[in-house]
Amino acid sequence: MRKTELAVVGAGPAGISGALEAASYGVKVTLIDRGDRPGGQLVKQTHKFFGWHAKGAGTRGIVLAEQLARHIRENENVTFFGSTEALGYYSDKVLLLETPRGIEPLQCERLLVATGASEKMLLFPGNDLPGVYGAGAVQTLMNVYGVRPGRSVLMVGSGNIGLIVSYQLVQAGVRVAAVLEAMPVIGGYAVHASKIRRLGIPILTGHSIKEAYGDGQVEGAVIWKLDEKWNGIPGTEKDLKVDVICLATGLTPLGELLWQAGAQMEYVSELGGFVPLYDENMETTAKGVFVAGDASGVEEASTAMAEGKLAGLSAAWSLGRVPPEEFTRKREEIRNELYQLRAGPTGQKILRGLETLSKRAKKVTA
Amino acid sequence: MSKRDEDIIVCRCEDVTLADIRKAIGEGATTMDEIKRITRAGMGPCQGRTCRLLVAAELSRYLGKPLEQVMPSTYRPPVKAVKLGDLADMDADPEEVRED
Repeated sequence: MRKTELAVVGAGPAGISGALEAASYGVKVTLIDRGDRPGGQLVKQTHKFFGWHAKGAGTRGIVLAEQLARHIRENENVTFFGSTEALGYYSDKVLLLETPRGIEPLQCERLLVATGASEKMLLFPGNDLPGVYGAGAVQTLMNVYGVRPGRSVLMVGSGNIGLIVSYQLVQAGVRVAAVLEAMPVIGGYAVHASKIRRLGIPILTGHSIKEAYGDGQVEGAVIWKLDEKWNGIPGTEKDLKVDVICLATGLTPLGELLWQAGAQMEYVSELGGFVPLYDENMETTAKGVFVAGDASGVEEASTAMAEGKLAGLSAAWSLGRVPPEEFTRKREEIRNELYQLRAGPTGQKILRGLETLSKRAKKVTA
Repeated sequence: MSKRDEDIIVCRCEDVTLADIRKAIGEGATTMDEIKRITRAGMGPCQGRTCRLLVAAELSRYLGKPLEQVMPSTYRPPVKAVKLGDLADMDADPEEVRED
């Protein structure tokens, strides 16, 4: 059977950072991704990142993806398996892979799950009509394949993804009829929202979609105001003629492999859904199984990279490759970096979620 | 059962509507597993990635329990549909592959 010291599932910002960190200590790493190239969601992020300049802020996601992909290619300790999906993880530390060559097992001493997240669906009549897309799908269509999803879009959700994708739709020559937000306030950064507003696109807070209609495809959407209990208010309906409804209503961690590994999982709404308990080394309760990035709680790329690095460092340390004092020093550095990255207002939600998670962890070990 | 619920798809893979889910709950299905087995929600190509949380939310509303107490059903490999033939043809000892 093929063997590797560390298998990393998911070659997004978290997985790549973890793979490179572990490889820098001589660990033989196999990096697995469904995509044909490394980069994960970065390959469609044409916008620039916020945050620290030292940590890649001001760099476009697509450029960062190319840089990371080059580091992977040039690293002789990392083998990249592209167009490959991890189908399962078994108790004898075997990952089952679906590769372009067929199905193969891979024995791994350590596993890093950096599988990211999937988009949340919304319930409304007509929600399966062609023309109803997730925001990630729209971004992939436009920014990776150069295909416009339609002519006129209703964006549901005003978090950063909804706002950024709305702007990119306009850049691609697509009309955005409105951005809806169920909450009473806009979810994303003010700087993104202002850009949208300056273009004359209304951002309607306290609004949601009532239904989509159309003969065989989306021809329009009915929206309405919500009361304080999230119920639609009859009589407030508006009809919007659009051919695309784009859902940017949040992400939820992809944890199938972690459940299979037997890791203790908890539902934490601030983190997007079910996430594994993990310790200060990013190790889950399943020994030798680490987690990083959105799979450990939905956040963003810079924290994903820091978590990935920490997980990669810990995996290398657990394999006996990192001197203890160096491990402790570097771990504190990365944890400090994570702390600073979460210092802003959006970090507060994550910190609340992590607090909940650590309370549950104490209950488990008590 | 409202007409509206019949037009709301919960599981896209298996074409299961909100009406189907509510009917199953009304008939006594109170766990994710029961709903899955009765309606097939979550048994299609994506194996529940899209509908899992939606079904759990519906169940948590009905039972008046927080969502964290509505546990998902067991996650078994494979995480997506694969052909039996491909599994049967599995190469347990593949040659070294060249790097792409």
